[in-house]
Amino acid sequence: MTIVNIDQLHLYYGTFHALKNINMNINEKSITAFIGPSGCGKSTLLRTLNRMNDMIKGVRIEGSVNIKGENIYAQDVNVELLRKEIGMVFQQPNPFPKSIYENVAYGSKIHGITNRKQLDEIVETSLKNAALWDEVKDDLKKSAYGLSGGQQQRLCIARALAVNPEILLMDEPTSALDPISTLKIEELIQDLKQRYTIVIVTHNMQQAARVSDETAFFLNGEVIEMDDTATLFSNPNDQKTEDYISGRFG
Amino acid sequence: MNGSTSVSNTSINNNEKTDKQQLKHMMKRKRKNKFFHAVFFISTLFGIAALLLLLGQILIQGLGWLNWDFFNNYSSRKPENSGIKAAMVGTLWMIGITAPLTFIIGVATALFLEEYAKDTWISRVIQTNISNLAGVPSIVYGLLGLTLFVRMLHLGPSILAGALTMTLLVLPIIIVASQEAIRAVPVSQRHASYALGANRWQTIVKVVLPSSFAGILTGSILSLSRAIGETAPLIVIGAVAFIARLPDGLLSKFTAMPIQIYTWSSQPQEEFHHVAGAGIIVLLFMLLAMNALAIFLRNKYQRK
Repeated sequence: MTIVNIDQLHLYYGTFHALKNINMNINEKSITAFIGPSGCGKSTLLRTLNRMNDMIKGVRIEGSVNIKGENIYAQDVNVELLRKEIGMVFQQPNPFPKSIYENVAYGSKIHGITNRKQLDEIVETSLKNAALWDEVKDDLKKSAYGLSGGQQQRLCIARALAVNPEILLMDEPTSALDPISTLKIEELIQDLKQRYTIVIVTHNMQQAARVSDETAFFLNGEVIEMDDTATLFSNPNDQKTEDYISGRFG
Repeated sequence: MNGSTSVSNTSINNNEKTDKQQLKHMMKRKRKNKFFHAVFFISTLFGIAALLLLLGQILIQGLGWLNWDFFNNYSSRKPENSGIKAAMVGTLWMIGITAPLTFIIGVATALFLEEYAKDTWISRVIQTNISNLAGVPSIVYGLLGLTLFVRMLHLGPSILAGALTMTLLVLPIIIVASQEAIRAVPVSQRHASYALGANRWQTIVKVVLPSSFAGILTGSILSLSRAIGETAPLIVIGAVAFIARLPDGLLSKFTAMPIQIYTWSSQPQEEFHHVAGAGIIVLLFMLLAMNALAIFLRNKYQRK
């Protein structure tokens, strides 16, 4: 089942043509990886999916991004509601300078949930889903800044899950983490696939090969090739893909 | 070590030579280091010595005159009957009006400029002007207050006119300080909030303000303590030097502590200089208390 359909998408930063004619389908409850060298447009495309690019001055978009059949760049789209449906995890763990509890409860409070019991439940479930509950259950009132980098990133995942999104966007979520924390997050991503559609940008080709079902290879703002991950890594169609995955550039 | 890569005898001799030279050079560097260490230390001492001298002189001059009567008496022709009551109450009234006004307008302006305003030429002009206003001499604000509040709005030389003038004087400083505090909140935290579906106002209330509150508060209190010490604008708008009753409303005539102190110290009688000293002690104490409050609040609200 396709959940995201990107149709003839062009994106410009001022005069710079950052994304060129992107056409792509992303499947529901699967993991899609975006790979490619720095500046190829993979993070830019990720941020068009929850319209975080709106905040950058001078961005212009042509074409459409349809999520569950609706163009999210249509006039009457409620961006706040869209971002509730599409969670995001950033490259650097960015917890708020608040307690662990308040971090996870933040999104729910924003969207109007005030019942303490309900919030408690959401916090517990989200932390369990982010595989962090056992490590922090006695310290919910403590500052999130006391956690390690890997724990902070899982807290950010819990925070994103707490508003019950359908799609989870991850922008190089492990690039600031050590190998053990990275492994934990990769395992977590595998678990989350049962319930969420995940799109992950990664610099690390091994990571894409390990975690994803489908992989798209980007170069200079174009999608060169998108295929089943196993096929793309073992038997790529395009010479440029092969050069990249065999480490000849990038 | 230089030349240590070659192995011949001559080069070993050279090595010893260069070692000596290096040692000499090293001593020179150490002397230089000590010299500048001393220069910086003396510079620091200079400031502290000046401060101690000032404090000492004032304490010697004024401490003997500081008693309950001094707080409870009005200005008088006789030094022994002079007190600071009217001036102190006048200053408190003025700050009581100026503080909430500047805080609300200042923080709102800073939030607008940092969070809402797009980067257009208009907002750049506003920004540049605010920064420039922060450096305008206070007497210019006094003249502005005289024209605008005292004359055009017919407020007369009243507490309200004084407080509004002080508000104009302090606003640019509070705006700039608040902007800096707001700018120090990492963009990544705003993004985290927006990515969860928060709008701008929710992000400001729940993320930006809690993180920047300590900085905003510190900046505000410090700039208000500048307002307490200002004399020139109040003289210009016509605050009186001799008044023997407390203000009974916003439109009362008033005096403030720095004016009172200035008046005493310009009297010919030697005793009045002691009274001025006592007044300065009270003023300094108020300023110190406000700075202490700023430090306390900063520590309390500092992000954990």
